[in-house]
Amino acid sequence: MSAMFKLVGKPAPRHDAWAKAKGDQLYSDDFTMPGMLYGKALRSKYPAAIIKSIDTSKAKALPGVHAVLTAKDVPMNVEISKFGQMKDVGGGFEGLYKVLADGKVRFKGEAIALVAAETEELAEEACRLIEVDYEVQPGVFDPEEALKPGAYIVSSDEGENESNLIMESHINKGDVEKAFAEADVIVENEYRVPPVDHAYLETEGGVAWVDDNGVITMRVGTQVLEHYRTIAKVMGLPQNKVRNMSVPMGGGFGGKEDITVETFLCLLANATKRPVKMVWSREESLEVHSKRHPEILRYKTAATKDGKITAQKVEIIMDGGGYKLLTGWVQMYSTVNAPGCYNIPNVKVDSYSALTNNTPSSANRGFGCCQANFASELQMDELAAKLGMSPLEIRLKNCLRNGDEICTGFIPQGHIALEEIAKKAWEGLEATGPKPDYVDGKKIGRGLAIGMMSYGRLTFMHDSSRVGLRIELDGSVTLRAGVPDLGGGQASVLCQIVAEELGIPMEKVHPYIMDTHLTPLCGTTTATRQLYMSGNAALVTVKVLKERIIKKAAEMLDAKPEEVQLINEKACLINNPLKSVPFVQVVGALSNDGVELFHEGQFNAPFTDVPNLHDMKGRIWPDFTYSAHAVEVAVDEETGKFEVRKVVLCYDVGKAINKNSCEGQLEGGCVYNQGYVTENMGWENGITKARSFAEYLIPTAVDAPEIETIMVESGGGLGPYGAKGVGEPADNSIAPAIVNAIYDAVGVRLKEMPVTPEKLLKAIQEKNK
Amino acid sequence: MSEINITVTVNGTKINANVKPEMNLLKFLRSQGFYDVKCGCEMGDCGTCTVIFNGSSVKSCITLAAQADGGTVWTNKGLGEVDELTQKLQKAFVEHGSIQCGFCTPGMIIAGKAYIEKGGKPDRNEIKKAISGNLCRCTGYKKIVDAIYDVAEQMSK
Repeated sequence: MSAMFKLVGKPAPRHDAWAKAKGDQLYSDDFTMPGMLYGKALRSKYPAAIIKSIDTSKAKALPGVHAVLTAKDVPMNVEISKFGQMKDVGGGFEGLYKVLADGKVRFKGEAIALVAAETEELAEEACRLIEVDYEVQPGVFDPEEALKPGAYIVSSDEGENESNLIMESHINKGDVEKAFAEADVIVENEYRVPPVDHAYLETEGGVAWVDDNGVITMRVGTQVLEHYRTIAKVMGLPQNKVRNMSVPMGGGFGGKEDITVETFLCLLANATKRPVKMVWSREESLEVHSKRHPEILRYKTAATKDGKITAQKVEIIMDGGGYKLLTGWVQMYSTVNAPGCYNIPNVKVDSYSALTNNTPSSANRGFGCCQANFASELQMDELAAKLGMSPLEIRLKNCLRNGDEICTGFIPQGHIALEEIAKKAWEGLEATGPKPDYVDGKKIGRGLAIGMMSYGRLTFMHDSSRVGLRIELDGSVTLRAGVPDLGGGQASVLCQIVAEELGIPMEKVHPYIMDTHLTPLCGTTTATRQLYMSGNAALVTVKVLKERIIKKAAEMLDAKPEEVQLINEKACLINNPLKSVPFVQVVGALSNDGVELFHEGQFNAPFTDVPNLHDMKGRIWPDFTYSAHAVEVAVDEETGKFEVRKVVLCYDVGKAINKNSCEGQLEGGCVYNQGYVTENMGWENGITKARSFAEYLIPTAVDAPEIETIMVESGGGLGPYGAKGVGEPADNSIAPAIVNAIYDAVGVRLKEMPVTPEKLLKAIQEKNK
Repeated sequence: MSEINITVTVNGTKINANVKPEMNLLKFLRSQGFYDVKCGCEMGDCGTCTVIFNGSSVKSCITLAAQADGGTVWTNKGLGEVDELTQKLQKAFVEHGSIQCGFCTPGMIIAGKAYIEKGGKPDRNEIKKAISGNLCRCTGYKKIVDAIYDVAEQMSK
């Protein structure tokens, strides 16, 4: 492969950047249709209750109300969620999806009824007129309590109504007990991590209608176009009668991975035969959509006196909230990543997840990995402190290197750059100058954390992606891809790859995306998979067309195909670029010959079997992306407030195909999980106290540190041109680096997030007693 | 409840409409098709609905439509057609990779314009303070600050 890229590696403006800058981009709430109604959901007042009866007669009688639906109006109210995977996985992995509550209410804000009315105000009024007779239940709000015998049972549905246990999984490698008996030093801790809201600025929303052919069509912001299949089942329709035409999202971060408004909209549009819009309020979004899993993580680490870790034993309890959703899959990430990114001979991990009456937990950027990374990286720092080693030394001593196996015995195929990136991040921070003791009266501390996270889905899901291309007769190209774009540049990068291969400018490749009736299905924009999966699909597709073009050009140039390259909108001889023929002429010649100028190609990830959950072994993901964050904080010892002053982050991205997009992911992920340390949903017995952005405080520009972004490009990834995925790994290892830096500053290590000023001040005062 | 008749000049066009007294300027603008004004929270916390109202940047969700009667409103999209500073900011946002999902962008560009028009200098900390009422969840703010800094530098020359 030629290392001379024209477009790949450049900070190319994305195809949609100008539309977004000028305000021309339309999002889910920016469509209106003739005769459109407004949808609203009536939501449960209680986190745990039995619905004894629902009376909708007054709501139905209100003039201007066109439909009031409850669970009994839904053709199939309970379905197993699929997420576009091509294989039925079964077991605890595929969570039950319920459209509207019946039997037991499982969390506060669960939808009980749907209304469609002429105006938003009327729809709200109708919701107020629905009378629900609740029998309030005690509920259970702590996952450990939920797993005890005799605990309140969250679900009343078959298959879930005997126990709150969602799934257990185990890893056993070597003999941890023997290693503990022989250890020079042991570190043992319990960590607790909180729920996190995605806090995308665009809440969940969209419009649905029944088209002229009776196809139920929706225009929503979703990370998973393939939900149309589940929606078809819920509606009792064939899958080809439901169409998802998605729109670019105003942020996703995993929060638009589960079904949000889609089924509500389709049911209401079908019932009224009119277009219906539903957009959730910020308060509604904060309360009802799924959050990052809160977890309790108990660690016991053994090491020799020179700092070699000999055993890691971990117990994890995950709070799944009211519905399983993606808990089983998230659990795989927490479990396998529990030991950290280290080569440890003896490992035991036992993880359990439970239903509770909290807001459901599901996908959130990091997907179970950042919980385990937080705990394992604090554990490392404590071990280093105990042994008198530096944070860098202990990590270099133990981190995974090429050829090492992870805790399941799998040896990653992609390049492992942990040693290099840990050094670069830490030395980059040190290069900013010697650490001052105090700045403006605040104590300064520095911390380091490293991490690994997969890109690409769990290999037992048999993931695939498809991209379609058509070369037009003027030499422009139409790219068709069912790639949900949540703002990471998921579609734009495909255009860049195609343009690179065909030797044409990026502007000549037009993407038509996100339409299940017209675009090849790319699979979900989740699991940091689009560049890896659809990037490879674009590459295999364009190469088929490229071969046809080069073959024809060689004929026209009287040369052999291997002597021809495509560059600057020409086909020319590699050794004599002056001998060339315009790209568009080759296209014309192919058209005259009746050769197909279109192709749809598919890329398949490696496939594996579902692992034995009692003894997980082998490959679980295609590959990993490795991260390092070095952080400087300033702590006010009088108030417990802290600020993050500087971050030097270093990633092996494999190949940065779009430099700006890649840096943007790393910087955005860094600040996203800077927020992990302080954001506070304020859950209390199933009630969400944070009901606005004035209470759920995400980092502002003033909170964001100065970030130095170092990208290593090893070429050692499984994506196109050796790229790795960065979307989710981007938020790994920043949160523990911050908490480790706080320890360096004031000598206290808080093992429970959020780190509030009150908690930090109390810890400082106790230490100084 | 009786409606109020208001006349507002939006992006140079006079609009006359009847509105409910409680309708906010955000909903009014969107009802008139100005969809570049985004609704992120409707509580004044996120800044996605920022517009220029009678020469100052305001969060349109906490401004009543009735208050705008007789006034002038400019949105990012309208300014982009006539205002050189806005055009420079839009270009800088594109070139610096400051846009990911793009939902905060129109409000963020208005905040940047307001900062520079008030004589704001190319100073990262001052720029951060000026846009601290505008949330962004995608970018980590770095490339947004880069873009505003770039334009502030161009304008101060």
